[in-house]
Amino acid sequence: MLTDKQIIDLETKANKIRMSIIEMLVEAGSGHTAGPLGMADIFTLLFFHTLKHDPKRPDWPERDRLVLSNGHICPVYYATMAHAGYMPVSELLTLRKFGTRLQGHPHREYMPWLETSSGPLGAGLSQAVGMALADRLDNGVGTEKTIYALLSDGEHDEGNTWEAILLAGKEKLRNLIAVVDRNNIQIDGFTENVMPLGDLGAKYATFGWHVQEIDGHNFEAIDAAINKAKAVYEKPSVIIARTIPGKGVKEFERDFHWHGKPPSKEEASMALKELRTLGGRIKSEHQ
Amino acid sequence: MLNPNLKLNPSALSDSVEQIPIRKGFGEGLAKAGETENDVVALCADLTESTQMHFFKEKFPERFVEIGVAEQNLVTVASGTAAMGKRPFVSSYAMFSPGRNWEQIRTTITYNDRPVVIVGSHAGVSVGPDGGTHQAIEDIALMRVLPNMVVVSPCDAIEAKKATLALAGAPDWKDKPAYLRLAREKTGIMTTEETPFEIGKAQIFWQPDGLAHVGIVATGALVRNAMLAAQDLEKKGIRVKVLNMTTIKPLDTEALIALAKETKRIVTVEEHQIVGGLGGAVAECLAANFPVPIEFIGVHDRYGQSGTPDELIKHYGMDRESIKLAILKIMDRK
Repeated sequence: MLTDKQIIDLETKANKIRMSIIEMLVEAGSGHTAGPLGMADIFTLLFFHTLKHDPKRPDWPERDRLVLSNGHICPVYYATMAHAGYMPVSELLTLRKFGTRLQGHPHREYMPWLETSSGPLGAGLSQAVGMALADRLDNGVGTEKTIYALLSDGEHDEGNTWEAILLAGKEKLRNLIAVVDRNNIQIDGFTENVMPLGDLGAKYATFGWHVQEIDGHNFEAIDAAINKAKAVYEKPSVIIARTIPGKGVKEFERDFHWHGKPPSKEEASMALKELRTLGGRIKSEHQ
Repeated sequence: MLNPNLKLNPSALSDSVEQIPIRKGFGEGLAKAGETENDVVALCADLTESTQMHFFKEKFPERFVEIGVAEQNLVTVASGTAAMGKRPFVSSYAMFSPGRNWEQIRTTITYNDRPVVIVGSHAGVSVGPDGGTHQAIEDIALMRVLPNMVVVSPCDAIEAKKATLALAGAPDWKDKPAYLRLAREKTGIMTTEETPFEIGKAQIFWQPDGLAHVGIVATGALVRNAMLAAQDLEKKGIRVKVLNMTTIKPLDTEALIALAKETKRIVTVEEHQIVGGLGGAVAECLAANFPVPIEFIGVHDRYGQSGTPDELIKHYGMDRESIKLAILKIMDRK
């Protein structure tokens, strides 16, 4: 259970992370906007509440593992890690520039504390399955570690994702939690038009997974779902998190055109104002 | 004659030479590696006995994962186990892995620099009756082009066993991604347990008295055909040296350039497309360092088909006679 104060702190943090995302993208001049904003709440909860990790000791062997499968939403990954202390927040403005550690899609060679490199879709869940298998081999079914895989709904078009879902079910990987960003958009349009996924939860269930569907912007719901997933003993768990692409900036929300482009300077300025004032709810003397 | 310093099999070129499939050497090597290398795990895509991984599975069932017919999952799951400190060996037919799952290998293994060994069995046209869909003749090219990847192609079962043990435990190699190429058919045993072996080191298996006229660079099961061709031509006064290039990446450029400097003529021999494989690697090295004429023995921009291994090796011009013709041809080139 989160306290009211914890929730307010997380909301404040998520808002700062969203502002960083806008600042990074406008400076980079390219990149993805909708997915990172939509996943900011989940990343915030994971890095500031859930994950067993140590930003000062990123290679701590006992840490939980987090695999980001849909690498294109890395602005939220980088921004959250910077705010958590993995790197200076100022470094976020180097996103996608020559020589940066913040590659356009995550690359371990440039940022060694990433658990994996990603970009091409459909390969992240398998890697998390491999980590969970290796962890169980070393520490048994009672392992204290949790392996998290974050993946998008669109990448369920990839066969590789289903191969991983099959194997995790077969192996009953209780130390694996997949979080699906169910934002219903992909590059060519709405997922249900591009390639209908239908009742995604039911599909996972028939493959032997424990399934929960939640509001991906409700910190209490996300936290409760993770706790419940950890308590499931005999199955891997998937949390299908319904998110709003572009969340936090009304003009970007639910519009698939924002999947793969950055805001212009004017749009960014509008978006930052909206985030700073929490959509007009906060009136500042400086506005 | 056989290089006397390498303790090669004295009956290597005899018709009655002992024949063992190269893949079996891998299977035995992996089971042996499991005894001392605790981080070795094995994953297979529904071809456990075919790829000879069953020896390991029977001995270390808890360290074996059956992935099912899912080669993309095979390598990506392996990448995840490697991220947790394991040294995974993953096996399938070369046509499916690395044939089907190349991008997953690139992104999650070599781009990620995760130490996974991809074992591709049933490489080459000598797979035989199964036909062209199952005959991987592009796999060396696919793996050689990837940064960080080591490519090893043993010439017989004993060398395959040593290569497997080295990839599992040798300090210089056990932390690197690698491709181990295996053939299905029984292959004449050319080496012995005492023959020295090191990944990255090519060895002269056949040498004449005096300086050689022609240098052959061969890899895999065809090393034996190359040596048989060299032996035949020796009787006609043509002196040939045969370099067994087990490791195609990193290429032993020192041994290769020394051979080119001695012979001024090179013939490459591989059961693979001549584009991008051993021949390509040799040509790249020599063009940059010591250009000499090269003849390429291999498959020339075609696909395989059904037939017996011997029929196919002959049809695609990789038999003893074809190698002899290539040697005679290059003798006339300036």
